[in-house]
Amino acid sequence: MVQVTSPAFKRNAAAALEDAGLQKALGKAKGAFLQRRAAAVAALPEFETLRDTGRDIKNHTLANLDFYLETYAANVERAGGQVHWCSTAADARAAVLDICRKAGARTVTKGKSMISEEIGVNDHLEAHGIQPVETDLGEYIIQLRHEHPSHIIAPAFHLNREDWEAQFRLSHTDLPKDRVFNERRDILAEARTRLRQKFLAADVGITGANFLIAETGSSVIVTNEGNGDLTQTLPRVHIVLASIEKVVPTLEDCTSLLRLLARSATGQDFSVYTTFSTGVRRPEDLDGPEEYHVVLIDNGRSNMMGTDFQEMLRCIRCAACMNHCPVYGAVGGHAYGWVYPGPMGSVLTPTLVGVDKAGHLPNASTFCGKCESVCPVKIPLPKLMRHWREREFERHLSPQGIRSNLALWAWFARRPSAYRLATRLGIRALSALSRGKGAFRWLPFAGGWTEGRDLPAPEPGGTFMARYQARQKEARR
Amino acid sequence: MTPPRPRVALFVTCLVDLYRPSVGFAALKLLEEAGCEVVVPDTQTCCGQPAYNSGDRATATDLARAVVDAFFPYDYTVAPSGSCAGQIAHHYPSLFADDPFYRGKAEALGAKTHELTSFLTDVLGLTSVTARYDGIATYHDSCSGLRELGVKAQPRALLSTVEGLALKEMAEPEICCGFGGTFCVKYPDISNRMVGDKAKDVAATGADTLLAGDLGCLLNMAGKLKREGSAVKVRHVAEVLAGVTGDVAPIGEAR
Repeated sequence: MVQVTSPAFKRNAAAALEDAGLQKALGKAKGAFLQRRAAAVAALPEFETLRDTGRDIKNHTLANLDFYLETYAANVERAGGQVHWCSTAADARAAVLDICRKAGARTVTKGKSMISEEIGVNDHLEAHGIQPVETDLGEYIIQLRHEHPSHIIAPAFHLNREDWEAQFRLSHTDLPKDRVFNERRDILAEARTRLRQKFLAADVGITGANFLIAETGSSVIVTNEGNGDLTQTLPRVHIVLASIEKVVPTLEDCTSLLRLLARSATGQDFSVYTTFSTGVRRPEDLDGPEEYHVVLIDNGRSNMMGTDFQEMLRCIRCAACMNHCPVYGAVGGHAYGWVYPGPMGSVLTPTLVGVDKAGHLPNASTFCGKCESVCPVKIPLPKLMRHWREREFERHLSPQGIRSNLALWAWFARRPSAYRLATRLGIRALSALSRGKGAFRWLPFAGGWTEGRDLPAPEPGGTFMARYQARQKEARR
Repeated sequence: MTPPRPRVALFVTCLVDLYRPSVGFAALKLLEEAGCEVVVPDTQTCCGQPAYNSGDRATATDLARAVVDAFFPYDYTVAPSGSCAGQIAHHYPSLFADDPFYRGKAEALGAKTHELTSFLTDVLGLTSVTARYDGIATYHDSCSGLRELGVKAQPRALLSTVEGLALKEMAEPEICCGFGGTFCVKYPDISNRMVGDKAKDVAATGADTLLAGDLGCLLNMAGKLKREGSAVKVRHVAEVLAGVTGDVAPIGEAR
């Protein structure tokens, strides 16, 4: 299970900034995501309108969530599937283990799923003697490295090609020494060969869901590797892990959101594989599972309903916010210290693990607003991060030093005459300190700033207000 | 009969007041030359962003109330900053969710509050300025002005009429410089990385001057360029448009 290291965000970030390998990976991968999305959006004139549509579909669904969840569950059951309603992560883990045990499972293949990370399924299965095998290429290497994803759609965002090769040579002990891994396709071929056996041997396949469709009882996954399809069609039992906000009313709603998802995520018009699964194999079907289970997970979502954070439940996990975030781009995903990084994680993590542990995350943003401007369902991420800062401030969780400085500044800012006097004196002192130089290389109490950059000195001649008033007086003479 | 001159209240901004008064005087000059009667309400201190963005809603609301009261009587409020203008225009109304009287006033004030270059072009219809600046400049789009107020073309349009000035764009002029108000104090190393990337982008243009419309970003970028020994001169766009660059050294430079 992912340990929460969010309280150590600053330390994590400092280490990340010094990690040359990570910085190389971040630079490369980020550029590609940005360019592809920009091109895809430019090629679709109605993209902005589609964002409104996406937001409206999600808002409507959330406003009627109970209805759509019940409709969805009824339709799953009509198609021969079972729905397991789980309030907590522990309930969900228990439900998955129970299904696997009843199926007599020894190995379980898995498609990429962030909710699986959130509830910690892998460790739970392993602790009970069942081997989970990640089949998404990025997840596969992450699992070999005993790491967690650093990005919600590109789990191995933090790795370079050399890291893949090194890990394969370490984990696949039978690899001939002369095997070359010069290109991406060499890596793919190696992973594919290993995974093929796993797909065939698996007793249960677990996938996530990008959407659940109420009117049909279908779950939908998108992948670019086809691993999800092999995961869910080959084994006898298919388990879908999904949180409750994944439900949408109709197939048509789903396709609108799919058009947004692929473009926002990878800049594709459509992902390579988009797969709809509905219930168990029917007599006339060529393939499909004999058992179809949906583990439907709340884990804190319903607490967000009716609060400022309800808007976050629109999220379709495209990762555009983190791809475009300059803070994520500087420190990568692991620094955020839990499952969901970047702007969406900075809003979601405090909800799910507590603002006392994750208070850094909504603070580590310049509020540049880029995330909101690219969000396919128009989640006002900066506004929601600010709400967290308000909660933190109300509960006296923000650092005492910052609170004291803020209180002192506020005292003066509320009293214009006192403020005028204090700033006049303060600026005079600062000007004197600068001794005619244009900038400070170091200044007490500004150590953080002056570590990496100079602090420009105030323009000589006093504050604007002082000079303006003197000018007015002069003019009246 | 000549129409009455619009009465414009100048929101100086706390950073300009303390750090760069020339920007305030440049704004004053530009507005007066464009035919406005400019008033500087003398009770102004700060728009309240440091409190608002630190989660201190009570202080932010108090400061907002004072600004609303002081600026409401005028035809327009103009600030040489997209960040402060954005705070007044976009965020103030939400602070008064439970106070219909001030909410209404804040909404009305918001509707007539503008960033300087946007006011000059979009509201007053100004298409050119009379100024000279010999150099090649690159323009950084500050986040709030760009994304909250749509300030992008306006400063460039006016700059294109400055004699002797050529504009050269950065690869990514819209990426945040890492200032972020209290962000640069709370997370200085991340902020420093971001402004380092910005400095590289500036250097790659070959421009000798960096301009922007927000003093916070300018102090940050000037500080980084200075530390790196860059010769790029950093100035607020209003200084160049008003033609007052001869009166004051670039930001971070001694006279």
